[in-house]
Amino acid sequence: MEPTDIQDQTSTDEVVDTAAESGELVEDELLVEEISIDGMCGVY
Amino acid sequence: MTDLQIPTTPVPGNLVLAPVKQSGLGEQMKAGLDAPICLTWELTYACNLQCVHCLSSSGRRDPRELTTAEAEAVIDELERMQVFYINIGGGEPTIRPDFWHLVEYAVDHGVGVKFSTNGSKIDADVARKLAGMDYVDVQISIDGADAATNDAVRGEGSFATAVAAMEHLHDAGFGEFKISVVMTRHNIPQVDEFKAMADRFGAQLRLTRFRPSGRGADSWHELHPTDQQQRDLYHWLLDRPDVLTGDSFFHLSALGEALPGLNLCGAGRVVCLIDPLGDVYACPFVLHDEFLAGSVRDEGGFQRVWQESDLFRELREPQSAGACASCGHFDACQGGCMAAKFFTGIPLDGPDPECVLGHGEPLVEAADQALRPVGQDHSRPTPVKFLGRK
Amino acid sequence: MDFDAGRRYRLHERVALRPEPFGALAYHYGNRRLNFLRAPELVTVVESLDDHDTPRAAFDAAGIEPRRWPSFEKALASLAASDFLVAA
Repeated sequence: MEPTDIQDQTSTDEVVDTAAESGELVEDELLVEEISIDGMCGVY
Repeated sequence: MTDLQIPTTPVPGNLVLAPVKQSGLGEQMKAGLDAPICLTWELTYACNLQCVHCLSSSGRRDPRELTTAEAEAVIDELERMQVFYINIGGGEPTIRPDFWHLVEYAVDHGVGVKFSTNGSKIDADVARKLAGMDYVDVQISIDGADAATNDAVRGEGSFATAVAAMEHLHDAGFGEFKISVVMTRHNIPQVDEFKAMADRFGAQLRLTRFRPSGRGADSWHELHPTDQQQRDLYHWLLDRPDVLTGDSFFHLSALGEALPGLNLCGAGRVVCLIDPLGDVYACPFVLHDEFLAGSVRDEGGFQRVWQESDLFRELREPQSAGACASCGHFDACQGGCMAAKFFTGIPLDGPDPECVLGHGEPLVEAADQALRPVGQDHSRPTPVKFLGRK
Repeated sequence: MDFDAGRRYRLHERVALRPEPFGALAYHYGNRRLNFLRAPELVTVVESLDDHDTPRAAFDAAGIEPRRWPSFEKALASLAASDFLVAA
């Protein structure tokens, strides 16, 4: 398996939407999260 | 209280990259899912070993164990429910005559399998067969990095058997099988040796928490880690995100940055156990009526138990912090492990017996160990007694 | 693989998507990785990717507000990085 680049998964960053003249801020949503299949307590 | 920090150094690809609790995913998991994400299935209570701290008190086969046809019906259900992955254990699952048939049945029906074994049936031929199978993973159990430490728990010759199995898997080109160790006072000092062993065999190391479950209750007071060992282990794990833990050390998250994983008790919410009789428990560490949700033999089968049993509904209700409410760390540790509390006689809304702040210790001392709950017991008359290292 | 927002993508054939109240669980039987898709509309997008020339066309068709497109692109990029999405 190839190593992936570190991905910033915080939801605290804010990105300015360059298309919005009004300067409306784009919310940075954390839409995908990865957990190891081994990362759940209560299994062997 | 130490703030949770997000790791900033690159980590291998297949790992949690940020503490889940910050994102709210943990909250969603606590409410439960329509099907488990994965589950443990103990196929038999029979075992050829008699490990001192066996979590399932295994040894003798139970005459009421599921038949092959009943087991196939469970697999059919798991397929329909889209359970991706099961962990098969026991006892020693490979001594069930239909073991290989059931493993193949599961993978043929879209259910990935990892099975946990002491290695006694993994010879060169079996290792080659396993190397050729897709969607099957193998986990070899040991409890010491050398024969003296291991065999004191698992019986004479068990270390040699396990290592032979590892060599066969390695020689057959199986790839990354797992080596799983239950961490006790006697083997925590050997963590570097365990890692070296895994590296030597091209395997993944898995360290899990010793709980006072099954026969573990009898030796828990002597064998569970010291406070300092818990802290040392926590820091060692933080530095090695490629070492698996089954999220079994989430109670240590109160020490600081959370370890990788969901960091919460998955019992009845994202995981559960199916026992050899088809009884469904919240997790493998609570084989006791108090945590029995139902049976796959009941009307509606496994699915109805998972989705509608009173026990699992209760576990999916928001849990109060109880006695831990005034502690600033509850968010991190979630009050710890239900099984550990139950079998040491601590109330379930109390602190974990190994609470890193020491809140559990006085409660353990105060609890009358003669009155503590005792779960299912399929031990043979003379299990290994822990005699200490030679 | 690196994510290229100008390409058509599809779900890897070894990935199973299981709908959940929060969105979906995605499991890759090949590399055994597990991803949580945390919005139902992301699931809609992922399932429709193969029907569109680019991810943005899929966002548009699914009615995703443009101010959310960067987040959705980042989500697709992380799925591609773990081999859940492949170029079609």
